[in-house]
Amino acid sequence: MNGSPTEVALDERHAAAPRRGTPMFVRTALLVLRKDFAIEIKTLEIVMTTLFFAVACVLVFSFAFVREGQAPPDAAPAILWIAVAFSGTLALGRTFERERHAETLRALLLAPSPRPALYVGKLLGMIVLLALDEVILVPLIAFLFASPMFDRPLFLAAFLATGTIGFAAVGTLFAAMLMRSRTRDVLLPILLYPVTVPVIICGVRGTAALLESPADLPTATMWLSILFAMDVVFLTLALWTFEPLMNE
Amino acid sequence: MRGSQPDVGTFDFNAVDVNEVSRHFGRRRALSNVSLTLRSGDIVGLLGPNGAGKSTLISLLATLAAPTSGEVRYGGHLAKDAGAALRDRIGLLAHELYLYPELSARQNLDFFARIYGVDAATAVPAALERASLADRADDDVQGFSRGMRQRLALERALLHRPRLVLFDEPFTGLDDAAVSLVSRRLIALAAEGAIVVVATHDLDIADGLVTRVALVRGGRLLADEPAATGLRSRYRSAIGAA
Repeated sequence: MNGSPTEVALDERHAAAPRRGTPMFVRTALLVLRKDFAIEIKTLEIVMTTLFFAVACVLVFSFAFVREGQAPPDAAPAILWIAVAFSGTLALGRTFERERHAETLRALLLAPSPRPALYVGKLLGMIVLLALDEVILVPLIAFLFASPMFDRPLFLAAFLATGTIGFAAVGTLFAAMLMRSRTRDVLLPILLYPVTVPVIICGVRGTAALLESPADLPTATMWLSILFAMDVVFLTLALWTFEPLMNE
Repeated sequence: MRGSQPDVGTFDFNAVDVNEVSRHFGRRRALSNVSLTLRSGDIVGLLGPNGAGKSTLISLLATLAAPTSGEVRYGGHLAKDAGAALRDRIGLLAHELYLYPELSARQNLDFFARIYGVDAATAVPAALERASLADRADDDVQGFSRGMRQRLALERALLHRPRLVLFDEPFTGLDDAAVSLVSRRLIALAAEGAIVVVATHDLDIADGLVTRVALVRGGRLLADEPAATGLRSRYRSAIGAA
């Protein structure tokens, strides 16, 4: 392929750069995550918006449902998952808006890294953001709805982790897919909720089983297993379809 | 993930063949049966009026869009076969600058250097020097003028020493000194063996810089010829007569 002195000169300079240490897929995903964090730390745009929205959502529900310190049964898990889903939708729209603004997604797609790694980087950022929301929401709901959220903390953490991954896996893919659409803000919830409703239902029913007195652990385990299976399916499909969906 | 594609860092080519490429967007035909060959050492001026198809051709060459019909071969390989290894050899500066405005100049270059597997510790300071932005390295890009952003974006596009350099209107917002700097950079890249494609409206800058001229209008390639003096009159006769 090479031959002319000019080509050799260019190749030598190219080869002089240290190449590929950690697996490229993981490295790219972590670079995208780190870059998004660097932007978020400077602007606090998405964190503040989603947190404010989620807390406001919980407060409105608490004023509506809690009477004389008593909340309706199963209200707490439903409100927890609604707050996570709604604030997550808000965050999903914004996270890809950054890549649209100066068309930086095209620069990322042109990079030599595996394209699904870009998706994984964005997904990790969304999961961390929603986890931050949940760290605030769980104690707030436990307090306002007098709900025994911390009786089975590991089980609850497993539900939140699997539910968040399932929701964010679909949401991140759809947000990327709709980035070039002018009606993306309208289309995102329309497409997202029908697909993620099963995740939210599993989360609500499983968390409700966990919060019963005494906790219905066999039922909770069943919902957790279904959530885990949905995560595997959604992640596999998203990794498989991300690259073709990103082609212009 | 890349199957039998060549390794990133080992793939190379010294010519790009565009063979009867058409690209449609719905019913609109952006490019129609375009054929040309780009060779190592060329500085190809892609000239034409607005909507001629210059940016579409740049996107196709950058592998960001696929042709509706026809093919683009990079040293004999199709883009879908070469994949990431080919993308590693392409540098693109488009009309949008592909920079994160919330990040500083250093953070932008550092991110893209690492994405390309380039040694950021040495490449980033050198790129900042070349862009004459060393003293503003830690300022956010959103506070930069268009010319400063353009210089930074140019260095971002060239961080990984691409073989195929694609510039869409690289002189926008640059003052005379910066235009001269960028022009010298393009000449040096071509001398080192890069294939340089510059889409521009600025015939005065293109005249004397480009070594070949591809004139496009309405998605069709009207001329592909060695550059000669009197580019403006040649442009007028080809584009005006079409």
